[in-house]
Amino acid sequence: MEYMPPFEVLKPSTIDEAVALHGQTPEARFLAGGTDIIPNIRRGIVAPGALIELSGIAEMQEITQTEDGGLNIGAGVTLAQLETDPRIAAAYPAIAKAASEVAANSHRNVGTLGGNLCLDTRCVYYNQSEWWRSSNDYCLKHRGEICHVAPKSKRCFAAFSGDVAPTLMIMDATVDLAGPNGRRTIALPDLYQADGAAHLLIGKDEILTAVTLPPNDGWATGYAKVRVRVSIDFPLAGIAIALKRDGEKLKAIKIAVTGLDSQPITLAGADALANHPFDDALLQSLEGLLPKQIQPMTSTLTPPGYRRRVSGNLIKALAKELFATAG
Amino acid sequence: MEKSILRLTLNGRERADAVDGNVLLIDYIREIAGLTGTKMGCDGGECGACTVLVDGEPRLACISLAASAEGHDVETIESLAEGTRLSALQKSFHQKLGSQCGFCTPGMIMASEGLLRKNPDPSVEEIRTGLSGNICRCTGYVKIIESVQDAAERKAEGDAA
Repeated sequence: MEYMPPFEVLKPSTIDEAVALHGQTPEARFLAGGTDIIPNIRRGIVAPGALIELSGIAEMQEITQTEDGGLNIGAGVTLAQLETDPRIAAAYPAIAKAASEVAANSHRNVGTLGGNLCLDTRCVYYNQSEWWRSSNDYCLKHRGEICHVAPKSKRCFAAFSGDVAPTLMIMDATVDLAGPNGRRTIALPDLYQADGAAHLLIGKDEILTAVTLPPNDGWATGYAKVRVRVSIDFPLAGIAIALKRDGEKLKAIKIAVTGLDSQPITLAGADALANHPFDDALLQSLEGLLPKQIQPMTSTLTPPGYRRRVSGNLIKALAKELFATAG
Repeated sequence: MEKSILRLTLNGRERADAVDGNVLLIDYIREIAGLTGTKMGCDGGECGACTVLVDGEPRLACISLAASAEGHDVETIESLAEGTRLSALQKSFHQKLGSQCGFCTPGMIMASEGLLRKNPDPSVEEIRTGLSGNICRCTGYVKIIESVQDAAERKAEGDAA
């Protein structure tokens, strides 16, 4: 048998029961599809006292229409469901596209929306075996004292690598959280901060239970991604865009990016480009929003300069494609 | 830590085994059930050699807990042949040389089996997507895709297996 630390698997059937179980076993971690946390357990990065499996909680597996015509998507909905649900494909094609580009179908069959939003950050110095990391004095994110990517930094630069988050951010999604102090709802960007070692602003005892999307009032949306292995990999850069067209002018645009920093980022300054003619100068301005707002580091095998260039090109190509199809 | 009783259906047979919570599905299949057709490749969910079907859908047994399969229907490569009679996919992988060293083959065949049950007549693009999580380090992908196409035809012609 291969090495696994000892833990129990607890199987609640309601959200309240899951929260209560965590209260009894504070060292427990929540388990959804497991495609991220189980390899991390194998590598000695995570050592949970227990795993609280969320897949038996029926109220987290549903997609329902909200009163205002938006959607409420349970955090336990799988990426395969996001990819194929007709309501999502019709109103939020960027979300379906991003879900379809996460890993391979065998991962998407179990990987969930909530898991993708709460994905651990990734780095070449972190996602390694115990013996690899120990022979390198570990790193700032786990057990070590320096960040090998930026040795003078007090902050960890591991990259957030979830594909779905930016496609929800351009739609102004909110997320529902449940914990020992009750339920709360926050804007999706407020779930994250720019620290690779502590990028999630959610308590260890809290569960992300659902995502709420307002209705799409006429945005053309898309997602574009670059990765090493096209068949399966995490994003080196992922770009989500929502735009509206008015004749030959860009009426409005929203851009969010992933894989380029320790959190997904909505690019500031896009508002100022509304009502401009859609020409090469505008495309340059869209690309120009990037450099000061992202901080890709050598957390992947691909150099940061490449990720900067390719993300600029993705923005231009995707904006052109969406503008051409927008009404 | 106490073991608990894991009940599931494995290759059509109901089983109940005393299993620790931290046992991976692949270790359960290989070490407890003794079915060594399912292979451990990368040990991290990246190569697909450990692909099995859970309720008919391809899953990676090396990043799944046995406990998560409780009450579900698990199928491994051993479920396909009936005695010495190979299934359509197995015949096709054999005859079209879809298998070289053979290590990835059980995972390739189970991922293909999951695909063909949902989509009996897949395009090359759909086969590529269906097998996107499976690596062949002999890199014999062309022959693997031809094998899946051949199996789809074989099934359409009434090869029941």
